[in-house]
Amino acid sequence: MLMLTCPCCGVSAEETEFAPGGAAHLRRAGPGTPDDAFEAYMFQRDNPRGVHFERWRHAYGCGKWFLAARCTRTLRVLGTYSARTTEPPADLAAEPPVDLAADLRAPAAEAPA
Amino acid sequence: MSAHRLETGGRLIDRTRRVRFTFDDAPLRGQAGDTLASALLAEGRMLQGRSFKYHRPRGPVTADSAEPNALMGLDTGARAEPNVRATSVQLSEGMVVHSQNRWPSLAFDVGRIADRLARVLPAGFYYKTFLWPRPFWKHVYEPLIRRAAGLGRAPEGVDPDRYEQLHAFADVVVAGGGVAGLAAAWAAAQGGARVIVLEETGHWGGRAVVDGLVIDGHPAEAWVTATVAALEGLANVTLRTNTSLTAVHDHGYVLADEWPQDAGAGIAAPRQRLWRIRAGRVIAANGAIERPLAFAGNDVPGVMLASAVRDYAVNYGVAVGRRVVVVTNNDDAYRTALALREAGVEVAAVVDARDTLPGPLAQQVRAHGIPIHDGSAIEAVQGDIGVTGVTLCRHSGNGACVSAQIACDAVAMSGGWSPAVHLWSHAGGKVVWDADGAMFRPDPAQGPTGHDGAVFVIPAGAAAGALWGPQALADAHAAGLRAAAETGHPGHTPAPVAEAPEERAILPVWTMPEGAGPRLKSRMFLDFQNDVKVTDVELAAREGFESVEHAKRYTTLGMATDQGKLSNINGLAVLAAARGAGIAETGTTTFRPPWTPLTLGAIAAEARGELFQAVRETPMHAWHAAHGARWEPVGQWRRPHAYVRPGETPAKAVNREVLNTRQTVGVLDASTLGKILVRGPDAGRFLDMLYTGTMSTLAVGRCRYGVMCTENGFVFDDGVVARIDATTWLCHTTTGGAEAVHGWMEDWLQCEWWDWKVHVIDLTEQLAQIAVAGPNARRVLQKLGGMDLSADALGHMRWAAGRLGDFDARVLRVSFSGELGFEVAVPASQGPALWDRLMAAGAEWGIMPYGTEALHVMRAEKGFIMVGDETDGTVTPGDLGLPTGAKKADFLGKRGLERSHLRDPERWRLVGLETLTGSVLPHGAYSVTGGYTDTYQRETDGRVTSSYYSPTLGRGIALGLVRRGPERMGEVLTFPVGAASQMKARIVDPVFFDPQGGRLDG
Ligand SMILES: [Zn+2]
Repeated sequence: MLMLTCPCCGVSAEETEFAPGGAAHLRRAGPGTPDDAFEAYMFQRDNPRGVHFERWRHAYGCGKWFLAARCTRTLRVLGTYSARTTEPPADLAAEPPVDLAADLRAPAAEAPA
Repeated sequence: MSAHRLETGGRLIDRTRRVRFTFDDAPLRGQAGDTLASALLAEGRMLQGRSFKYHRPRGPVTADSAEPNALMGLDTGARAEPNVRATSVQLSEGMVVHSQNRWPSLAFDVGRIADRLARVLPAGFYYKTFLWPRPFWKHVYEPLIRRAAGLGRAPEGVDPDRYEQLHAFADVVVAGGGVAGLAAAWAAAQGGARVIVLEETGHWGGRAVVDGLVIDGHPAEAWVTATVAALEGLANVTLRTNTSLTAVHDHGYVLADEWPQDAGAGIAAPRQRLWRIRAGRVIAANGAIERPLAFAGNDVPGVMLASAVRDYAVNYGVAVGRRVVVVTNNDDAYRTALALREAGVEVAAVVDARDTLPGPLAQQVRAHGIPIHDGSAIEAVQGDIGVTGVTLCRHSGNGACVSAQIACDAVAMSGGWSPAVHLWSHAGGKVVWDADGAMFRPDPAQGPTGHDGAVFVIPAGAAAGALWGPQALADAHAAGLRAAAETGHPGHTPAPVAEAPEERAILPVWTMPEGAGPRLKSRMFLDFQNDVKVTDVELAAREGFESVEHAKRYTTLGMATDQGKLSNINGLAVLAAARGAGIAETGTTTFRPPWTPLTLGAIAAEARGELFQAVRETPMHAWHAAHGARWEPVGQWRRPHAYVRPGETPAKAVNREVLNTRQTVGVLDASTLGKILVRGPDAGRFLDMLYTGTMSTLAVGRCRYGVMCTENGFVFDDGVVARIDATTWLCHTTTGGAEAVHGWMEDWLQCEWWDWKVHVIDLTEQLAQIAVAGPNARRVLQKLGGMDLSADALGHMRWAAGRLGDFDARVLRVSFSGELGFEVAVPASQGPALWDRLMAAGAEWGIMPYGTEALHVMRAEKGFIMVGDETDGTVTPGDLGLPTGAKKADFLGKRGLERSHLRDPERWRLVGLETLTGSVLPHGAYSVTGGYTDTYQRETDGRVTSSYYSPTLGRGIALGLVRRGPERMGEVLTFPVGAASQMKARIVDPVFFDPQGGRLDG
């Protein structure tokens, strides 16, 4: 169960306090748009292995919608931000490299006795 | 009887306290501290279960939760619990135990015939045979399988016990209370981190206390006692035994399953307690799992894991046999020979697949005069329902030349140890093949990451691959310090130092002997519970199931209740060999939660009965309850379905309520209807986007019916909208739709049109709303005094606010019944008083309350649609003859409705339906054309969406969606009903009653 931080009220809470809303930054296809544009808006969703921008609502909290950048591979939440944007913030567009190869034992093994 | 209680020993049992229990109705006795399995063994009962597929006789293989064979049914009736592992359940006084998967008895089972047929029941047999011919599946195979299969029996009746869930938060959760877990916990706790230590069994110390590890110069048991006492003294540490950390989920959410041992002693104790813990770091110190060896006859009762054999001797004072052969590919199993020798049990031989020089453990064994057969293998086990002996051969050969025969009544086997990587893997940690150790161990470079991108599971000790005691302890100490530092509570404490004999390298052994042919391989079991043999996995590989995930499902290897704890590694090694591939590239199947099964009781806990779901009641609920209301659940609301009088059937009550409303006056509690206030300079523009109709042009004081669509163009809610003032509208929604509509509005305002000046508030529960309908409705209201509700002052589809009697009321003149109708809204607290006042005022006109069913009948008589009846998420406003917004530039759903399929004239559209005989059509019935579709289904061209008996008209009426319906007035449709009969119904106008609407004016 994910942990998310609502950028509107600042609360960090468990996933069950939020309601998911699918992919973020969709562009609404209104009347008169071509069929493929409407199809893309309604049905076509990316399923990236990597950073995914998604909508969440702080349903059992402040009630506000917000957006999250979350890596589907590591489940790392790179950040949450206002729903009042049309593009993801530049600093959240890509997962920063994580030094996973570092020796996990290194810091503790050096600890003084 | 071979298995028996020893004269001495048994560190976990109390020899002064007898415990009585029954097994298949036989009265037996054990000692306090026994597990069910140890007590049965002490009574000579090695045969404890039957396998799933072949019904082969089986005894316990383990002494812990990995057990595949010794599954029991505990208790009977409502408390019955199937598939309990006898090896992990504590024996208790009066326990009633039944064996499973056998008929008529455990010793004599007719299902065993499947075993005789094993040669013709290979892997994939079910898939290959039972698919065809189809009737055979239904009438022959399925009943056969259902009778023979099925582990255990479901409880009968409602579970009388209590289960609870507990939320906890910790910096560090330690899974496993062995010496590694305790060392890690001690190290983690020094800096003040909140630490929870969970031990699956009832005892601290794990294997080390049995295996004789020496820690800081003391026997492990003394160190464990001291360390547990020290941990208990720390306020930041919580210790729990009989609690299994069973699942690690995303971002450090873990589930632990506690079986309180005082359960049943008093009302306070739940039977199970599910811990829902948010952990900063999880230290997986849950040990390793010993692997069986694959030799012919390795499933005969009496063949057990070497570690289990010494656990039974040391912990429970139980010898699993009188003359035991130990077979191994590693040094650890020599400890079993030594433990048995210490307990006075004869060890006939140690059979070691390795040719290497003896290490210190082997030297000790040899010093006791126990013969060691090096480079040797068990060719086969003799015996059927119990071991009578083994034949030996060279391990490097094919088993053709038997080198020795040894009489024995038990075999202790060890194929090496696999780190229990489950908890590391649950949330995505990857494993790496360690060829030297012949094991998969956690890959430190690919751990499960939390919300911050940091790895949150830290494997420790044997679970990390540090199988040798001294290494395991050092590793666990480091893991504890690291977990504390990473959660912001660094601390220091000296590492405990352990001593243990050096161990020689393991020799990987996947079949024994190495070159065994089909004769032997077809008797080598990999998965004991599901009867998967070496030959089954090889067959899967030959048939092209090369992926380990496919081979698993084809053979059912690892799919039993033990989830392959013993069989996974051996199985994939055999698969790799059959493919001619390496183990590393073959890979493992996925380790998914839970580690040990969770009961439904623990998952549901208190969420049952009245606490299953919140129930919403209107302010007038108590009045309804006191006046015969039969309840209808609508979402979380309870609405009166009908008010049934003494001696009356619900159907008669509905008819009475309809007729009374039509003839004089009725009242309905309409408080559950959603009431959403929309306000702001852009509110009109916003509502024009939400409804298919236009709301911005609605004049103040007027009401308008509106329909909302999804972006797909399908109807999802409807209701009356009232214009309150220049910038305010009140939107009524369906009872079940209020939250969804409110959420829908918020979504668009927050995420799409955030610059529009609009705010919305859900007022549903702030107002009590009462519908008064019928020819005398106005007279009743006017009797209250106050507001002018005359036809001139308040026309149809208008609203007014004012004083109505003693009430501050908003009165809407709307009608869902077709009668002169008003809906009166007052503050919720005033609802009951208004209701009482209306009932009193209406007495002279015979006023009666009516319920939702009468409401539905009356709206159907008028041809009004009901969202959820006439709509199912695939119906457009045009299908229902509702405003389609064709002239509007844009609204939600507009673009969806432009699609050709939604404008197809062939679409099914709303009509009325009347049977030729006046009878009532079944709700949901389909009409057939007489033709057939391309897939040989009967072609349909309509369906009944609402159907009622109309007391007003004295016959059945129905609404339905029919292909080109409105163009086909007068046509007769055929509705098959049941297998043989059919009903005929004519297409008519959906407005059955008062089509001119004259009754709206009373
Ligand atoms: Zn919030």
